[in-house]
Amino acid sequence: MPEAMETQMTAGTPLLSDTSAVKVAARDVNVFYGEKHAIKGVNLDIKQNEVTAFIGPSGCGKSTFLRSINRMNDTIDICRVTGSIALDGGNVYDRSIDVVQLRARVGMVFQKPNPFPKSIYENVAYGPRIHGLCRHKDELDEVVMGSLERAGLLNEVKDRLDQPGTGLSGGQQQRLCIARAIAVNPEVILMDEPCSALDPIATAKIEELIDELRENFTIVIVTHSMQQAARVSQRTAFFHLGTLIECSDTEQVFTNPIHKLTQGYITGRFG
Amino acid sequence: MSTAEKQMDTNTASASDIRKRKIADVVNAGLKRRYAAERRFRFYGIAAIALSLIMLVVLFVTILGNGLTAFVQTRVTMDVVVSAERIDPQGTRKREDLITGDYQGAVRDAVLALFPDVTSRKDRKDLMELFSTGAGYELQKQVMANPDLIGKTIRIEVPVASEFDMLAKGYISRTVPEAERKISDKQIAWYDALKSKGMISTGFNTTLFSAGDSRQPELAGLWGAVVGSFYTLVVTLALSFPIGVAAAIYLEEFAPKNKWTDIIEVNINNLAAVPSIVFGLLGLAVFLQFFGLPRSAPVVGGLVLMLMNLPIIIIASRAALKSVPPSIREAALGLGASKLQMIFHHVLPLAMPGMLTGTIIGMAHALGETAPLLMIGMVAFVVDIPHTPLDPSTVLPVQIYLWADSPERAFVERTSAAIIVLLGFLILMNAAAVLLRKKFERRW
Repeated sequence: MPEAMETQMTAGTPLLSDTSAVKVAARDVNVFYGEKHAIKGVNLDIKQNEVTAFIGPSGCGKSTFLRSINRMNDTIDICRVTGSIALDGGNVYDRSIDVVQLRARVGMVFQKPNPFPKSIYENVAYGPRIHGLCRHKDELDEVVMGSLERAGLLNEVKDRLDQPGTGLSGGQQQRLCIARAIAVNPEVILMDEPCSALDPIATAKIEELIDELRENFTIVIVTHSMQQAARVSQRTAFFHLGTLIECSDTEQVFTNPIHKLTQGYITGRFG
Repeated sequence: MSTAEKQMDTNTASASDIRKRKIADVVNAGLKRRYAAERRFRFYGIAAIALSLIMLVVLFVTILGNGLTAFVQTRVTMDVVVSAERIDPQGTRKREDLITGDYQGAVRDAVLALFPDVTSRKDRKDLMELFSTGAGYELQKQVMANPDLIGKTIRIEVPVASEFDMLAKGYISRTVPEAERKISDKQIAWYDALKSKGMISTGFNTTLFSAGDSRQPELAGLWGAVVGSFYTLVVTLALSFPIGVAAAIYLEEFAPKNKWTDIIEVNINNLAAVPSIVFGLLGLAVFLQFFGLPRSAPVVGGLVLMLMNLPIIIIASRAALKSVPPSIREAALGLGASKLQMIFHHVLPLAMPGMLTGTIIGMAHALGETAPLLMIGMVAFVVDIPHTPLDPSTVLPVQIYLWADSPERAFVERTSAAIIVLLGFLILMNAAAVLLRKKFERRW
């Protein structure tokens, strides 16, 4: 596939000039599902303590690209990744990088809330426990409470921490999943359409939360809603058919897109 | 709007009305047929269930009708003089001398004392046939436990011979001509004499649940087979559950999907369909001939049943693992759990009910399995209760098979009684499966 392999030019500023602020740097990333070329030569910098939104029509590869950052694609047998994705300068596909350690540094929140069928407390405590982050029960309690607090869930659940996490409402479950992810204190949080299964009120709460979390974490969010991308993100990347078409500051992308496809998508002509 | 236009409007309206009505008619016409089909289907379903329920009732009524009487045993109570001449002629009171005492002789003395008018040799022999040879053993047991009884008169309760038990239960008819039944009119008269003296009683048949097999029905018990079945199942469970679950986890979660794993999968499915007697032959060739393990031993039976059970457990466990939602796996992996942590902390607890169900179905299958155990010698006539899984023993279904093969009338009811006991154990196991499922499913 010679024409597909060639590096596409991306409109806007996919690469940052201030390299010290770069948290994740993707260079010439190609992802294949068997014969299918799902991501084609993506070059992209993700800035520290910012929210980067991936937008694009269904099947454009934004979720695939997101999942290749914490190597969740490893679980798919036929999936193959080339190029490099550097987290703080170290390629995550390097042999010296352990995938368990990587996922402790890069947390993930999924499209459908997926709490473990255990108590609320156990859900949040699971990450710190398997990584051995807390030596004492008090310390663990502190981490669990702190994470629930930061996820804005503590007040709603503090009287029923021993009840199953699956008994919460959809929005609460998703915030529980966020609390579970930040309990490990990752550097980057990947969110794969975190609000697509939620009602508008729950969505608003999550968006608010994302804005607060940005102070301490680098966040990458895949979303189908352009309004959401505009509301929560500082930078936006537009994918189309596996290619990164355009990436700039969010304001720039939504008010003055450079590429014709970006224009078409954000004005709703296709997608 | 012109008149022409109005006209057109009503025209089109009525046209669509007609179409609507037509559709409704067509649907209506079909509706009857559809509901009739549904009613028919329901009827078939109810008929099928009714038929199987009737069969089940017939089965239970037959087995219970035949077998319940075996739980009761007719006994005779008599006073026996424990004379020192019979039991301990040397007067040493030592165990090894006591064990050789003529206890049957003592019983014989007691019986003949009851019927002083029976004098001919043949009549005396016939008279003794009323009593089980177990009488001597019963007396021996008591005297061995307490040698001080020698010289005294003690009252023992012993089973009557099985034919007279059958007579008491009405299975042997008194109206049948003497030549056509096993017991003579004279013997019946003696039995009736015992009965009129109030020496005959009936009580719960404890022998059935405490003794091993015997040629005499009134002395035969199931306990040896129950213990044999227990040891066999313990060996089977202890080996097949961990191996089966581990194999399922490896194949489902770790093994690469390639030609080799495909071949393995197909062969596991094939193994599940292999007739059980083939596993028996394999056990005979490998465990007995090659490894030289003891014949008729529950440990070998357990190994053979393990081979038979493994495919069932592996298939059920893989299905259970497959049914765990992928979102749970992703959640665990996304947090940085290793694959093994993901499996043991999250996937396995959710798959456990399915795995346990498969295992218990397999174990119930193993409990009722006969053919492969015949091949490794568990069909032997074993009187002793096994004390370890290495002792020769038999199992419940083989015991049923052995008893069903015996000519004595009393074994007919004992066969049914053994079936009742086997079914009882199966029901217990299924209840355990239900309880375990409930317990683990609460984790959701």
